Amino acid sequence: MMNRNKNFGRNLLTFAVVIAAYAILQPMVLAGSVSATLKGMLVPICAYVAMALSLNLTVGVLGELSLGHAGFMSVGAFAGATTAIALQQAVASAPLRLAIALAVAAVFAALVGFLIGIPVLRLNGDYLAIVTLAFGEIIKSIFNNLYLGLDDRGFHVSLLEDRTGLAEEGRMIIAGPMGIGNIPKIASFTGGFILILLCLAVIFNLVNSRQGRAVMAIRDNRIAAESVGIPVTKYKMMAFVISAAMAGAAGALFSLNYSTVVANKFDFNTSILILVFVVFGGLGNMLGSVIAAAALTILPEALRSFSNYRMLIYAIVLILVMLATNNPTLKMLIGRTIPKRKGAAESA
Amino acid sequence: MGFLGFLISGISLGSIYAIIALGYTMVYGIAKMLNFAHGDVIMVGAYICFFAVSKYHLPPLVGVLAAMAVCTALGIVIEKLAYKPLRQATSLAVLITAIGVSYFLQNAALLLWTSSPKVFSNPFIRQTVNEAGKKIKITGFQLFDGQLRISYVTVVTIVVCLVIMAALVLFTGKTKMGKAMRACSEDKGAAQLMGINVDTTISVTFAIGSGLAAIAGVLLCSAYPTLVPTTGSMPGIKAFTAAVFGGIGSIPGALLGGLLLGIIEIMAKAYISTQMSDAVVFLVLILVLLVKPAGLLGKKVREKV
Amino acid sequence: MKTLRKTMCMVMAFVMIAAIAAAGATAYADDAIKIGGTGPLTGGAAIYGNAVKNAAEIAVEEVNAMGGVQFELRYEDDQHDAEKAVNAYNTLKDWGMQISMSSVTSKPAEATSAETYADRIFALTPSASAVAVVEGKDNQFQMCFTDPNQGSASAQYIADKGLATNVAVIWKNDDVYSRGIYETFMAAAGELGLNVVSDTTFADGNNTDFSVQIADAQSKDAELVFLPMYYDAASLILSQADAAGYYPAWFGVDGMDGILSLDGFDTELAEGVMLLTPFNADSADERTAAFVAKYQERFGEVPNQFAADAYDCVYAYAQACEAAGVTADMSAEEICAAMIEQFTTMTYDGITGDGMTWDASGMVSKSPKGMVIQDGAYVGLD
Repeated sequence: MMNRNKNFGRNLLTFAVVIAAYAILQPMVLAGSVSATLKGMLVPICAYVAMALSLNLTVGVLGELSLGHAGFMSVGAFAGATTAIALQQAVASAPLRLAIALAVAAVFAALVGFLIGIPVLRLNGDYLAIVTLAFGEIIKSIFNNLYLGLDDRGFHVSLLEDRTGLAEEGRMIIAGPMGIGNIPKIASFTGGFILILLCLAVIFNLVNSRQGRAVMAIRDNRIAAESVGIPVTKYKMMAFVISAAMAGAAGALFSLNYSTVVANKFDFNTSILILVFVVFGGLGNMLGSVIAAAALTILPEALRSFSNYRMLIYAIVLILVMLATNNPTLKMLIGRTIPKRKGAAESA
Repeated sequence: MGFLGFLISGISLGSIYAIIALGYTMVYGIAKMLNFAHGDVIMVGAYICFFAVSKYHLPPLVGVLAAMAVCTALGIVIEKLAYKPLRQATSLAVLITAIGVSYFLQNAALLLWTSSPKVFSNPFIRQTVNEAGKKIKITGFQLFDGQLRISYVTVVTIVVCLVIMAALVLFTGKTKMGKAMRACSEDKGAAQLMGINVDTTISVTFAIGSGLAAIAGVLLCSAYPTLVPTTGSMPGIKAFTAAVFGGIGSIPGALLGGLLLGIIEIMAKAYISTQMSDAVVFLVLILVLLVKPAGLLGKKVREKV
Repeated sequence: MKTLRKTMCMVMAFVMIAAIAAAGATAYADDAIKIGGTGPLTGGAAIYGNAVKNAAEIAVEEVNAMGGVQFELRYEDDQHDAEKAVNAYNTLKDWGMQISMSSVTSKPAEATSAETYADRIFALTPSASAVAVVEGKDNQFQMCFTDPNQGSASAQYIADKGLATNVAVIWKNDDVYSRGIYETFMAAAGELGLNVVSDTTFADGNNTDFSVQIADAQSKDAELVFLPMYYDAASLILSQADAAGYYPAWFGVDGMDGILSLDGFDTELAEGVMLLTPFNADSADERTAAFVAKYQERFGEVPNQFAADAYDCVYAYAQACEAAGVTADMSAEEICAAMIEQFTTMTYDGITGDGMTWDASGMVSKSPKGMVIQDGAYVGLD
């Protein structure tokens, strides 16, 4: 266990890095001095950072591998976009609408997280991982077959085929495999920045609380934790639901940045992508997740000058970084210069 | 064709899943890693066989052997370069590396063989001449006055699947290397103390798994002949599911899991909904794991305190 | 170890941000008009993106060689994903794109069309056929048919020619293209008295085994199976139907084009398949033949309808730019206004149809040709 002060310093550093990044980039965006590419990526980067933080809570702090985290993102994306569309007339202010959409998305994702958590958290290890993968695929399948329309009589839902029977002036919001179209693009960099700060605040508070220590005790040794009277399922569920809520908000932020969103976007590959961010940044290391998510989202774009070889190089970079960071010789060198710490990353 | 026909389609699809799942399960059992690049090795195997047969006009059997040779070599190289340096690392680090390898193989295939689909010519056909003197191809048997058709590919797939499984069970049970594998999967440290070369054992496991992937690739593309660089990824995930379903690490479990997954998938399409069949497959998987958390034939490992 | 990882990530992040910021600094240089487009050059849909990119390259070279208006082409990868398409679009914007070829596939095009609309950059998509791509946006145009058009035209054709009364449909559930055609086909079929006896789907995850869908159509005695999908999936259905001993009439849409040039495909399986397509790679038409020959020589494949539409896009741009007197020093917004005027008034003859016109909605008006496959080649149906 790291001591309290050191922990506090690290948390402060994480906040400082995020705030500094915002403080540098936002004036540049306002002044129009960043390229369109970077400007266009700010919101998705925020969404991916929030996703990485959310998954890091599940994998790094709770110690359970989730391969279906994109499912929660999907729930959030659809709930958030639906809310934003439904409130288009009722709430005029875009930032307020964004905040409501994110909150609704978080609630829906938390609810789904709770329902999934009931069976999932009874399992352990790779079996838990495969069940989360399965739930991710089921969520994708459901959204691919869900029809949701809105007219003056309220919402109409149907599954498999369009039986919503909308009134003339009604609006089809979720159109099965076609997803949602004409989404109001109300997501903003500032909104994303606030979301990241909120996620960080929630995670740090949790980790430093009595509950958080219980969660980490379960991660480090479930049986020992159980034997000292920690209600394992309750704390696991708590961390899982919080993680799902964050992923939902991130999904809403993501979907509200594009005019269209489809269920297939949030597939197994996206879940894996988020997991790559978390492992790259270090398990349980929130600053690492923030930086890794930002860096790895930018990487494929920065490689565009390699044209056809772009994704090949991306793959090679991925492998090389994993090899380099796990290389015993390199680790020894680092270990000599910096005193060895026994941190969260080694134990999971 | 009714129920029986669907059952046969399911078994045929399931046998292919089973062969792929065998590769997953062996590697997992011994190296304790999820080799997500396995599906892409299948794709490479299918391409090699395609080029050997269609471009160089080699007999299909030679094509299969060539594919096996290339995939085995590929498996060994991947293991040496990407996985071996990570022996001491966490299993998640290896998982991410495997994903990197999977991206690499897909994109290398895209650059080498372009994105346009290759149609695999089915090697399991009989050429005959009908009454009108026209050449026709016969692809399978007909039973009950043509009510039920079983293609040769299906038969070959099922037979090959059973043969491979039997061979693997014998191999792991009787040979010295097989015993070493089982020892490694039980306890690597103890195996090493007993004089087993753990590194070599893991390399051999990868070689065998990749060789099996080549066979799976050829069978997959004989049954479903469109071949593109992403051909392997979805069957790969399904087969991984199948391996978990049957109990990952267990060889008969992979066979059982693969067959059941294939049958459930086809039955769900036939009797529930073609749109939701994947959801049904995964729902069944979840239910099974809730009742038997280690899979159908998996060993329940008792946790030590 | 954590520190090392963090340091590496930090260094990478800074290098990449610098690289991206530098990319934004590229200035307008020569006298060529910059055309940009996004498409799936990698990933599962790469076949469509690469076809468009290759054909557009050929067309740009030809146009430039003629000495009139000069083009510079750049294609960026979007992996058939809306998010990546917007990133790719922004990269093109930084490059100084003046005219856009939108995106190759429908969902990415829907996302980029919102961007080109807001930025006032004119866009003509070769192949993104969803209505949502052009709907409500005055500077978005299509070279291909919209999906609804194809669905109703196919139903009309089947009913008019009396090809069948009992019809089966197999369509791709998670694909905008397939679903768009399916919906209007079903609506039109109902009006025309076609009896749809079997209606089954597939999706990305399970697009290999079609035995259930085929058995359903077979057991319900469908005389004709309508396949609103691309040719890679269609080729699997044809071979599996053959294995099941089911030989109905097959009817495809423009996505079916390309099935004959599939590497290794047994063209006998496609014997008798009917399709509505604006492009025919075997056509005797001089321009088509020249294009096909050049494409084959360069890329070793027969161009499909995506490639043909892209080829036409570039030539349509050349014609419009010549007519409007567009020069490379004009801003994207000025060009946009000129292009809207040109495209709503001009008539264009290309390899995917003669006398094409566009109305203010951005949808093209051209007539699809009914084709049937005989002895491994297309033959006109009428």
